[in-house]
Amino acid sequence: MSAGTTDVDLDWRGVGDDSEEVTRAAGLRLARSARRLVADLLRPRRPAVALALLILVVENAVMLTGPLLVALAVDTGVPAALDGRPAPLAWSVAGYAACGLASSGLRAAFLLLSGRIGQDVLLELRRRVFRQAQRLALEWHESYTSGRLISRLTSDLESIDDLLQQGLDGLLGALLSLAGITVLLLLIDPVLAGVVLAGFAPLALLTRWFQRRSRASYRLTRTWVARVIVQFVESMNGMRAVQAYRREARNESIMEQLNHRYRDANADALLTLSWFVACVRAVGNLTLALVLLLGALRVTSGALELGALTAFLLYLRRFYDPLDQLAQFMNAYQSAAAALEKLASVLETPIGVPEPAHPRALPVPVRGALAFDRVTFAYPRAPERVVLPEFSLTVPAGQTVALVGETGAGKTTLAKLAARFHDPVSGAVLLDGVDLRDLADADLRRALVMVTQEPFLFSGSLADNVAMGRPGASRAEIAAAVEAVGAGFAHDLPEGLDTDVRKRGGRLSAGQRQLVSLARVVLADPAVVLLDEATSSLDIPSERAVQAALETVLADRTALIIAHRLSTVAIADRVLVMGGGRIVQDGTPGELLASGGDFADLHAAWQDSLR
Amino acid sequence: MPADPDTAQAQDPPTTEPSGAVIRPAATLAALRRLAPYVRPHRRALLGSGAAALAATLAALVIPLVTRRIVDGPIARGDLSPLPWLVGGVLALGLAEAVLLLVRRRIVARPTTRIEADMRADLYSHLQRLPIAFHDGWPSGQLLSRAVQDLSTIRRFLAFAGVFLVVNTITALVGIAILGALSWLLGVAVLVVAVPLVALTLRLVRRYAVVARLAQDQDGDLATVVEESALGVRVLRALGRGRQITERFVAGARGLRRTELRKVRLQAALWCVLVLLPEAAIAIILAISAWGVATGALTVGTLVAAVTIMTYLYWPIASLGWLLTEAGNAAAATRRYWEVRDVAPAIVDPPDPVDLGPVRGRVEFRAVRFRHEGAEADVLRGVDLVVEPGETMALVGATGAGKTVLTSLVGRLADVTGGAVLLDGVDVRRLRLADLRTAVATAFEDPVLISASVRENVALGLPDASDADVWEALRVAGAAGFVEALPWGLATRIGEQGLSLSGGQRQRLALARAVLGRPPVLVLDDPLSALDVHTEAEVEAALRSVLGGVTALVVAHRPSTVQLADRVALLEDGRVTAVGTHRELLARNATYRDLLSSPDAERVGAA
Ligand SMILES: Nc1ncnc2c1ncn2[C@@H]1O[C@H](COP(=O)(O)OP(=O)(O)OP(=O)(O)O)[C@@H](O)[C@H]1O
Ligand SMILES: Nc1ncnc2c1ncn2[C@@H]1O[C@H](COP(=O)(O)OP(=O)(O)OP(=O)(O)O)[C@@H](O)[C@H]1O
Ligand SMILES: [Mg+2]
Ligand SMILES: [Mg+2]
Repeated sequence: MSAGTTDVDLDWRGVGDDSEEVTRAAGLRLARSARRLVADLLRPRRPAVALALLILVVENAVMLTGPLLVALAVDTGVPAALDGRPAPLAWSVAGYAACGLASSGLRAAFLLLSGRIGQDVLLELRRRVFRQAQRLALEWHESYTSGRLISRLTSDLESIDDLLQQGLDGLLGALLSLAGITVLLLLIDPVLAGVVLAGFAPLALLTRWFQRRSRASYRLTRTWVARVIVQFVESMNGMRAVQAYRREARNESIMEQLNHRYRDANADALLTLSWFVACVRAVGNLTLALVLLLGALRVTSGALELGALTAFLLYLRRFYDPLDQLAQFMNAYQSAAAALEKLASVLETPIGVPEPAHPRALPVPVRGALAFDRVTFAYPRAPERVVLPEFSLTVPAGQTVALVGETGAGKTTLAKLAARFHDPVSGAVLLDGVDLRDLADADLRRALVMVTQEPFLFSGSLADNVAMGRPGASRAEIAAAVEAVGAGFAHDLPEGLDTDVRKRGGRLSAGQRQLVSLARVVLADPAVVLLDEATSSLDIPSERAVQAALETVLADRTALIIAHRLSTVAIADRVLVMGGGRIVQDGTPGELLASGGDFADLHAAWQDSLR
Repeated sequence: MPADPDTAQAQDPPTTEPSGAVIRPAATLAALRRLAPYVRPHRRALLGSGAAALAATLAALVIPLVTRRIVDGPIARGDLSPLPWLVGGVLALGLAEAVLLLVRRRIVARPTTRIEADMRADLYSHLQRLPIAFHDGWPSGQLLSRAVQDLSTIRRFLAFAGVFLVVNTITALVGIAILGALSWLLGVAVLVVAVPLVALTLRLVRRYAVVARLAQDQDGDLATVVEESALGVRVLRALGRGRQITERFVAGARGLRRTELRKVRLQAALWCVLVLLPEAAIAIILAISAWGVATGALTVGTLVAAVTIMTYLYWPIASLGWLLTEAGNAAAATRRYWEVRDVAPAIVDPPDPVDLGPVRGRVEFRAVRFRHEGAEADVLRGVDLVVEPGETMALVGATGAGKTVLTSLVGRLADVTGGAVLLDGVDVRRLRLADLRTAVATAFEDPVLISASVRENVALGLPDASDADVWEALRVAGAAGFVEALPWGLATRIGEQGLSLSGGQRQRLALARAVLGRPPVLVLDDPLSALDVHTEAEVEAALRSVLGGVTALVVAHRPSTVQLADRVALLEDGRVTAVGTHRELLARNATYRDLLSSPDAERVGAA
């Protein structure tokens, strides 16, 4: 890894934790976990694998019988036919034809079976990695980036697919026919067979060399293709900014760097493979010449039948064909192993916010009292910068609390802790007196929903997006939720609720996207609502409609509303002013107005603006 | 293993094939021909590789002929004197084969990886020239799968399958010709077996091409789900919908698996046919030539040679099925690639651009109409508005009024569908894009940040900007303070989409980007929505100093932001219905008052 980065200008990426460095020890550990992963995936498919092996054994046996029958035809059939007895010849030819049919049928059967095993393994692998990613902490997502995850789940899986498609066949088939042919060669003529077997020594050395070289190259290809993908995905997502700020040229030069690194790593792997394949073939042909020489001598000296030599030569050819396959397998394996290492390391990443083994239940019905008990929190990427120092706060059930404060004060962080996006470093967050760490995820999410500062819409219909609030909600309920937040625009859309909102909700305006996020909460109907600047892009009348909806639909619910606008804060029972990770003021809107300070400033600014 | 429910329907062409047409082998060729511009510069290497592969195969084919000489000559006659020569010949041929194999792979390694990289670079820069409307409509997973998976499919095809498709076909034909030369009867017999099997093969390959396309499309969809699941992870977490998205992903993966299994079935059928072909040929050769030997028409040596040749042809022929499927994959990939490349960029430099010269910064909207592609009604229905040089104009309107659309027209991120936007009296469509976008800086309502250093994010399009300039821009945007506090300052990498920063911090970075380089025209879409009053006041003060000589169009939802402006325009029903100072509009325009003031807030004041 480090060898790959030093000579490229990657300053633009900035300094951050790069979990991609592979030391030698780490490399070994990764290879081990990759192997464990494979074993784990194949274990439940043992019967199918055994059956596939069996088919292969039979297929190879059948294929090996072919040359024997040819030898039989030449050595026995032809002389017998010359004597006027065509039967032996006819039989051996018929036998050969039967073998041909059988091997073609068996080939198909094997492919079907191994294809299914392969696809099952891929599906399982995809499922595991995806599920793991959905469980991993947000921290992980921030530094891993979507591009790398995509590359894990597409490009990396593809090289495993390659291995499964051609590789498995190559490996098993090659090993089997090697073993079978070796036995046959030994039976036909041990002396010649000895020559053939001597060729194994250089082959073993070659293979070792190849393994080491190509693994390094393939690791690089995985790393660089992931970077290419990250760059690609981020450029596509930020296309607005790219074009508006004329970043095209800069992007192209960055892409060129990455693309070239990927290209070179690929070419490297291919060149290594070329040496390997050629050397394997050279060893094979050398053996063939030796066998011919020795064989001729032995036939003329009468130690060997002519037919036997013919058969031997035929087998020898078949002996080296699988060696080529074996080389291909080795190649596919090295590539897939590099990919598997990456996948295994995702699968082995500890989940930052694990579910409890023995979850505690919330009281029924959930009351919605939220408490922070001496919570200290710092983001893992900047552990020395404490965002919340010993923070304590109690929000009684049913209270509407507005949270204001300067940007970067820690408001979002507070909400994220309440929604258990992160766990506190020390102290505890309690919902109805139960530590969030003791709650099952499903229970927590049912009781408490947060609207994040950045609305995110998935491609799909408007109705699907709202339904994320409560899967299984009826059409009428969805329409009611949309109606409740005052998202009247839904009527004007060409297909109403069924309109596709496009990638990231690009079909809607920023305010409309926020309304959709809010409709989700209304549909989810939780006991505690956390709104993180959820109405910041709305005009004031729309915001008022939302507030009215929240007051009626979510009456008696606990609500924590983070906002910068007075209009948003005005409806609260209680206002908290936050500064530097602490509560600096706490009271009803009226009290805070009277006592001066940030909230009073907010109000003054508002009044000022109306003058 | 449970029976696959779709076994029965595997015969039908999939319904999602875009053209609905069956793909013919000719179409496969036509698709592959579109690789020509990329392949042409490297055709020598590819031809050389093909020649080396062919020579290697031929060397391997000649070996049995020499073997026949050894069997028929020295061994049959018991005369060993020519043996060393003949064995030497085999040795030489064998080594030549190995060297040729090496050469074949070595000379394609770099060209094919280069073709892949070049095609990717071209796709990437093409995509960067396509308008935002295109990007809004295309799932990024589909674009990505074209840029990565499809191109690696093409690379592998060019490096291996493409070469061998040609070489193996030639080998098979030459082998059969040699066979015919040994005995015409044998040649004819093999051809007779081959014809029906080849016909069957072509049928299977045709069907395969359709399924291959489907699989690639599904792969792209899967990438899209992964991307959404990663970018939307906060929302998924907040709503506890990890399970649902996983189910959606798994359903997609299952769909892909079904398609892949259909591919497997077709491949199995192909192998079946193409293994049968050489095997049947060998059996027939055996029968005919044994009969020939028995009647004295052929020698034993010929028989051995004929059978050996067919054995040599076993792999070249049997592998044709697999090679043809690779060709099908590559053709589908090529088609997908060009689908995107063939989209003509809609927003481009005019053929005879007007030189902009020093920009005064007068922005005029003249009867501007805008309608989204495929929409039934205009969003903007004749907007008339003039922003004088150096003036700051606020734009106020209800949610969904079309403010964002209007702002995107100035820098030509979208083009008007009626009327015109003029910069210093010149229609922006008559300016060079680079000139226009140098003059106009646009900050969006969502800060578009990438997982790179703070510096890179601010100096997005001006990588040569000095650190001093970047700091200056950060100071104007009120972002210098928190950037200084970051562990590596300007060099700190911020998480994807900048999500390791607070909302207000992100927004200020985006603002700093807009003011960097002091563009004469600033277009800011709700730039302060995530800032608290104090920070907003600071930023406003700093902005005012910058905005002194700059023309600015600022979208606002908050009264405090409006105060930044000299005048305010109210966008209503797709038109600008009122322009005036904040005070004026507040006094005389009911809609405006309604949009910007809040009775609830008055309630607090009364309390
Ligand atoms: N994922 C993260 N990793 C590291 N640091 C973070 C992360 N998210 C936020 N921070 C830092 O923590 C501090 C508090 O951020 P937070 O998002 O809680 O602020 P906020 O009060 O919500 O501000 P705003 O009003 O701007 O949204 C900021 O300095 C921010 O840079
Ligand atoms: N691709 C599209 N196709 C059709 N209609 C669209 C498309 N994109 C946006 N719209 C519609 O155009 C209208 C104007 O959108 P725009 O984003 O300009 O609103 P806005 O005034 O910026 O609103 P906000 O204050 O919420 O940001 C909206 O009603 C939106 O639904
Ligand atoms: Mg925040
Ligand atoms: Mg907008």
